[in-house]
Amino acid sequence: MKKSTLFDIISPVMVGPSSSHTAGAVRLGLLARNIYKNTPKKVKFKLYNSYAHTGKGHGTEKGLLAGVLGLSVEDRRIKDIFESDLAKTIDYTFEYSDNFKAHPNAVDITFYGGNEMFIAGESVGAGEVVIRRINEFNVKLTGKYNTLILVYKDMPGMISQVSSLLQYHNINIASLNCDRKAKGSEASMIISIDGRIDAEMIKTVEEIPDVYFVSYVEKLDN
Amino acid sequence: MNITINTFEQLFDICISNNKKIYEVAQENMAKDADISVENVRTFAMKSLFAMKEAIQTGMASKELSMSGMCGQDCHRVQNYYKSQRPMFGPLFEKVVEYALATSEENIRMGKIVACPTAGSCGILPAALVAVSEEFDHSEREQLNALITAGEIGRIISSKVSLAGAVAGCQAECGAASAMAAAAICQLRGGNVSQVLNASALAMKNLLGLTCDPVAGLVEVPCVKRNPFLAVHAITAAELALSGVESKIPLDEVIDAMEQTGALMSPTLKESSQAGLATTKTGLRIQKQVFGE
Repeated sequence: MKKSTLFDIISPVMVGPSSSHTAGAVRLGLLARNIYKNTPKKVKFKLYNSYAHTGKGHGTEKGLLAGVLGLSVEDRRIKDIFESDLAKTIDYTFEYSDNFKAHPNAVDITFYGGNEMFIAGESVGAGEVVIRRINEFNVKLTGKYNTLILVYKDMPGMISQVSSLLQYHNINIASLNCDRKAKGSEASMIISIDGRIDAEMIKTVEEIPDVYFVSYVEKLDN
Repeated sequence: MNITINTFEQLFDICISNNKKIYEVAQENMAKDADISVENVRTFAMKSLFAMKEAIQTGMASKELSMSGMCGQDCHRVQNYYKSQRPMFGPLFEKVVEYALATSEENIRMGKIVACPTAGSCGILPAALVAVSEEFDHSEREQLNALITAGEIGRIISSKVSLAGAVAGCQAECGAASAMAAAAICQLRGGNVSQVLNASALAMKNLLGLTCDPVAGLVEVPCVKRNPFLAVHAITAAELALSGVESKIPLDEVIDAMEQTGALMSPTLKESSQAGLATTKTGLRIQKQVFGE
């Protein structure tokens, strides 16, 4: 497990009652929204295990929805999110499931309408979260770094094209994870970086031939 | 100086050889780590301190119940009682108990708190820090020094043991919070480096083995009421340390013992609500009331 910093210990400022079941839920929703890029119109949450069983008492559903609607962990509106005007902008449903193979605090978030997207995540403790899956791809995204997500055609040279671009802009790569459906099929690349990527660079990445999807997810504030 | 500090012994040596306080070493290291200024570190801590005080104020004024309906009115009850009764331990005691309840009740009604180190233990450090600062007129600068000291204690504990009830029981959540608060109060009241570490050791030693067995799996029973107890507990530890009482077992070894105790603790007593208070007759009845069958 990653070493905590002084900041981790004396924060986050958050809406209660649980860092894993409330703040973690907000962060998972927020990360999913940022990966999706679009304003979500229709979403389904599938909560597993402890999230499914004790979520109600911890405001887990409220947190997930609030995050998908773009609220941060310290937003007082989370508490009454179901009654808010903001919630009227989205069609949402919740499902509950037991799955011993899933993490105790796991959730699947599926966006519908136009471009469908499936995102699976876990709340791993103390408000820390990990996105484990985007559509068919295994990923690892924590919201601690600015992260570039690519889906592209699996072929030689793709990683080098993207990393050269980052190098050209003097951006350091903190971590890089790739996955693919099959050789020569769709593949994914998740690059966490130390610096920032601007809109122009994102456009350059989007224009690389055989890149199907690009999303740039900024790190979460707290 | 950029050395990673993983033990309290290391922290002590660095403080002594550089003639620095714990908060000075902590804020300088944090600044270097995050590539920011010491001023930025203190601004971050200031935001937390401000949110702690805000939570106390909001909580003191509320009677709203939690979503489960189990908790939310004890702070009000205590305030009412002290309208006509003198607190046996004096006015500081009244404030500590009220502030801790105010903050943890604010937490369970989905109000805004600071998870320091966790949400379930959020009332302990703020109650002790704010109440003592008010009673003894400590400046904001001193309060920040105390908060950063506490943060450094928590950071080093967490580098050894995960501060999660599911991993090491409540000793790692409310226990760690109380050890942090003891350090904060000791720093606030002018304790030296050795006394601050002793305060934490004394507080932690006395909480080894504390289980995490919340009724219905919610951060309410016994968590809310544990906060005022352990805030008072932290002040006891700080007073002992300030008077020169030493922990026979050094803090590093106390934390090792805490880790070992956590590992040996049955998983049924670590946030899974499968034993202890959660499975008492009344605990199970409440669970049924809250969640149905």
